[in-house]
Order: sequence, then structure tokens, then C-alpha cells
Amino acid sequence: MESFTLTHPAATPLAGAGRQAIVGVVASGNLEVLAERTAQPDLCVVEISTAADGFGEIWRAVILDFVERAAPGGVRFSINDGGARPDTVLLRLMQAARALQDATN
Amino acid sequence: MSAVASCRAASWLEASARARVAGLLDQGSFVEFLGPEQRAMSPHLRQFDLPRAFDDGVVVGRGLLGGVRVFVAAQEGRFMGGTFGEVSGAKIVGLLRAARDRAAPSPPDAVLLLLDTGGVRLQEANAGELAVSEIIRAIAELRHAGLPVIALVGGRAGAFGGGGIIAACCTALVISQHGRTSVSGPEVIETNKGVEEFDSKDRALVWRITGGRTRILSGAADRYVRDEIAAFRDAAIALAGLTPPPFACETLRAAQTRLVARRERNGACRDATELWAGDGIDEPDQVPDLTEDAFIALLSARSAQHDRR
Amino acid sequence: MTGADPSQARTRTQARDALLDALFPGGHALMVDAAGAVSGHATTAGGIAVGLVGIADGMPVGIDAALSMAETVLAHVERGGDTPLLVLVDTASQVMARRDELLGLNDYLAHLCQCLALASFRGHRTIGILHGAAAAGAFIATALSTDRLVAVPGAAPSVMDLPSIARVTKLPLDRLERMAASTPIFAPGLDPLAATGAVHERWTDPARYAASLDAMLAADMPVRDGLMQDGLVRDGRDALGEERGGRRQARAVAGRVIADATARG
Repeated sequence: MESFTLTHPAATPLAGAGRQAIVGVVASGNLEVLAERTAQPDLCVVEISTAADGFGEIWRAVILDFVERAAPGGVRFSINDGGARPDTVLLRLMQAARALQDATN
Repeated sequence: MSAVASCRAASWLEASARARVAGLLDQGSFVEFLGPEQRAMSPHLRQFDLPRAFDDGVVVGRGLLGGVRVFVAAQEGRFMGGTFGEVSGAKIVGLLRAARDRAAPSPPDAVLLLLDTGGVRLQEANAGELAVSEIIRAIAELRHAGLPVIALVGGRAGAFGGGGIIAACCTALVISQHGRTSVSGPEVIETNKGVEEFDSKDRALVWRITGGRTRILSGAADRYVRDEIAAFRDAAIALAGLTPPPFACETLRAAQTRLVARRERNGACRDATELWAGDGIDEPDQVPDLTEDAFIALLSARSAQHDRR
Repeated sequence: MTGADPSQARTRTQARDALLDALFPGGHALMVDAAGAVSGHATTAGGIAVGLVGIADGMPVGIDAALSMAETVLAHVERGGDTPLLVLVDTASQVMARRDELLGLNDYLAHLCQCLALASFRGHRTIGILHGAAAAGAFIATALSTDRLVAVPGAAPSVMDLPSIARVTKLPLDRLERMAASTPIFAPGLDPLAATGAVHERWTDPARYAASLDAMLAADMPVRDGLMQDGLVRDGRDALGEERGGRRQARAVAGRVIADATARG
């Protein structure tokens, strides 16, 4: 098990007013992403806890790609990972950002 | 199609615990208790190098079902096999006790248990076993209070081990073709008693022994539904409106009589096909292969024969 | 399990008789049927009549034993009054067989659990006496379905044995054994299960069993422990597990759900 936190500047706060959303499931090759609007508006924080050790560089690349695509300022993404592939991680992060935008809580 | 409408047409088997709850209840009515943002996670999985989940694989809360106030618990069968651990089990225990004590400002009129579980989580076996026992006791208390407690089983993990016992403690059990209930899993029986007793790799056999069609035909389940969230919802609405029999001597005496009769009727059978042949079903070998329409037609022709309350 | 070894069976019977003599100097009458199900009655040293039910000889609990025990419990409740019920437990796991699962063994075990709960709700205090093994579903439907569980020497409860846990979790057995020594949460045996709150009292001296039993019956423990509400004995095992340090989070987690339900229900 490995845990680390990545913080990126994000120019725009994520749209919508939802406070939190959760997508995915912790299973082999899958992950859950909890998105909460608890970061500073100009930052995106991603906390990762993963069953697969030694993939820090790949995580960094995927998160950078995600921040550039989704502009998720003000959001803290917390990940419990069961060893998902990078494309699955990116997909779930995009889903989480979308779910948070659409959330009515 | 709205998001909720598409949710309801969706397969129960394929849906996540959260999607099942969202589609089962009246639109937008679900309020979660101790949600994932509270991060009530297993304190034990890390020492096994296993990832945790923010909700420990159980979603609990309240909502409306056809306008009726309900409490609901749903297990995520894909996380650790939907198992009962210290936290996941205690979330269900807390929900049932809250319903029992009518603690909420608007207490529920029914409780729904969306079981999807291989049983006790072996990494935290003692806590899981105790949680199962506490859940069973709490269900008895809810039955004593006259509340319907409805089990819904149609997920990949089925309702095995303690989950199978819990399903059978409820006032009603709704099951689909994919649902399975059992105490020992087929793998456990094969490991302990040999492949000739139970070949766990023979999927057709596993379903004939433990599957939804077998359970509804032998009276071990109350409603058989298609693998659709909407079908589970319709059955739950119907059952939540029924007053369960009192938790009293007469009710358990009637259960005893039914269970004795089931043993007398089917006690010599080794396979469900023998059981169905004995029940006078034409072409019993075909039952597992019938289309859902044909199977449901077969059931409605036999509705008087169920031995459950 | 009672195998073909008659000397082992004899030893078991003698041990059970010694246990009954120690618990009930006032006398006892007990029958064991072919499935291992126990029924009978006894009188405590203090002169309190009690009913007996349970499972003997390390027999696994299947359809037949579960039905037999449930019948004994139901008949006890149907006779009325508030005579306590002692549940003697020396079993294994549940019966592992296609026949029992095809018949719906879960229904039969659940029925036994509910008959014992009904007995408690009707004022018959249910006390389990664990004097042998008990595992998995058989443990749940017998010993764990009582108001109070007492362990005496010979008690060997488990949820599942370590080799089976090793198979399911795919962890090496030696590593599991090392982990089991330091954490009670999954380890088989009386100490770890008592720590989680499964066992209320441990009696070790047979010369004091009779007095301990009378004390337990006289103290009206549910009332003493604040567990009697609306006429029902409440389940305090999670609080016991927290107090003993073997299950540190369960009570608090249940409490947080109840608090949330109260605030937002």
C-alpha cells in the first residue's frame, strides 16, 4: 500500500454548486474517487491511496492530464485504488468532476 | 430518458450499491447516514495490504419507497465480496437499532436490506461474525415491533454465510434469477467434502442448488423478479405495504411446520431437478433454461404452493 | 464429530455428564438425538428449574439438528412462564452438504436464531454454555443467539480456522499465525472472541459452576447492566468488545449511524 498527495494550481474553480460526489468502486483494476469542494479555489488536491506500489510517476502524469482537461479548482479528490490502469483512473476522475458539477447536495 | 428512469431499467446485477439505492427509492429521496465523506473505513485491511473503501462497502440511510418512509442498507458486492467487517457490519447494526428505537424525527415504516455478500470478512472474522449475530438480533427486535424487514438479493456475491441467514430472518425475501442464498459456499463445501459432493466450478449446478429459481420454487423466497431495478422496486413497494405476521409463538410454530414439511417433501433430493419433478413440474430439466417470461408464467400458475409466510 | 471411535465418544459423554453435575447438583435429565440435538430439563443448586437445549458431541448443525433444537425451544416458550433456557454448545461448523443447502439450510438456522430470540422476548432468559467447539453458522445459530454466553474449559470457538482463512485470503499460513498472535480481530479461539464481546463470562472452576449459574440467574443481569428496555433484553456485545479492546470501533460506528439518523432522519 502507498499513499501520497498531489497538489496542482487550477486557474478556474469547477462549475456547479454540489458539495460532494463519489464514483467507482474499490475492486481489482478499479478505484473509487470521492470529490469534495474543500480545497482552495485555485488549487486541485488529489489524495491517493493505492494497492499498487511504485507507480508514482504515472499517477503524476495522469493527474496533470486530468487537471488540464477538467480545470477542477477548489476540489479535493480522494482516491482508493485497487490497482486500476491509467486510462481507468482518468475516466473515473472525469466522472467524479462531472458528478460533482451535477450534484445537488 | 431521465437519469433515474434509465437507472430503474438497469440491471440490478450490474448496478453498484449506490445505483441500486438511487433507483429503488423515490427519486432524490435518499439521505445517507455516515456517508463516505466521514471516511468510516476498516481499521484492519491495511495490515493485510488491502485497499479500503470510504464507506467500507455499505451504504446506509433513509428515503421514500412509493411514499413510504424506509431505512435502507446496501452492500457493495464488488468491494471485498460485500463482506461483513467491523465497520460495514456496525453500520447495518446502527441503522437497524435506529429504526427499532424510532430515534429519527420521522421513523421508518419498513427497512430494506440490499444484501450482496459472501458472508463474514475473514480478515476481520470475529468482528464480522459478531456483527452478523447483532444484525440477526436487531431484525428480531424489529419484527417484534411489527416492522417489515425486506431482503433484496440479486447481486453477484449473492447472500452467503451469515448473509444467507440474515436474508432468511427478514419478513420477506425478493430474489432474481441471479440471486443466490446459502450458508456454506460451494467452494467451501468442495474443499471440505470433495468435488463429488459439490463441484463448485459447475455453474449450472451451483445455481440449481442455491439460485433464485430454486429458492422461489421451494418457498424459500417470497417474490421472484426480473433482473431490473424497477422490478425490485415494484416488489419492495408491494411488500412494504403488507403487515408482517406478529413475532409470536403462532408465527414461529407455523414456520416450524413449514420447514418440517419442506424436509419431508424434499429431504431425499440431491438436485433441484428431482425436487421439481416431485413437485409435478413438467420437464424439470428445462427450468433453468426457461426464458424469464416462461418461468414467471410457470410461477403464477403455482402461486398457492409457496410455504413462506 | 462423533466418529467411529467409541472411546472418544465415551470420553465426550463423561465430560458432558461431569459438566451437568457441576452445573446442576439439583438434578438433570437430558436426551441427545441422532443429529446431536439436546433437550431436557434441570434444577439449579438454588432450586431454579431450567430448560435445556443445544447441540452435543461436536456434531455439525444441519437441517435435522436445527429443526430439533427449534422444536425444543418453541415447546419451551409455548409452555409459558419465564423458566430460563440453557443452551449447551459443543458443535462444529454447520453441516456442509448439497442436500442441506438445497433444502435452504439458511432458513433452518435463521428459524433457530429467531426461536431463541422469541424465548428471550417472552421472558425466558437464554444462557449459552459453550463447552466445546463452535464455528461459522452453527456458532451464530446456537451460542451467539443467547442473551448471555458463558465459556467453560473445553470452549473452542472460531469463525473459521486459519488454514481456511489462508486459502481465502491467499496469505501464507505462517504470516497469518504471526498476525493472529498480535491482533484478536480474526484469530480463532476463546481469548480473541471473548475480547470482541462474544463471551460474557468465563468460568474455570467446576466447583463454582453451580453458584455462578445461580448468581447469574439471581442478578437479573440485563437489568443490572442496563440492557432491559421495553421488556426486551438489549444486545450489549459491541460495548463489551469496546471495553475489552477486541472490537474498538463497532459500538462507536453504530452510535454514529444512530446519531445521524436522529439528526437527519
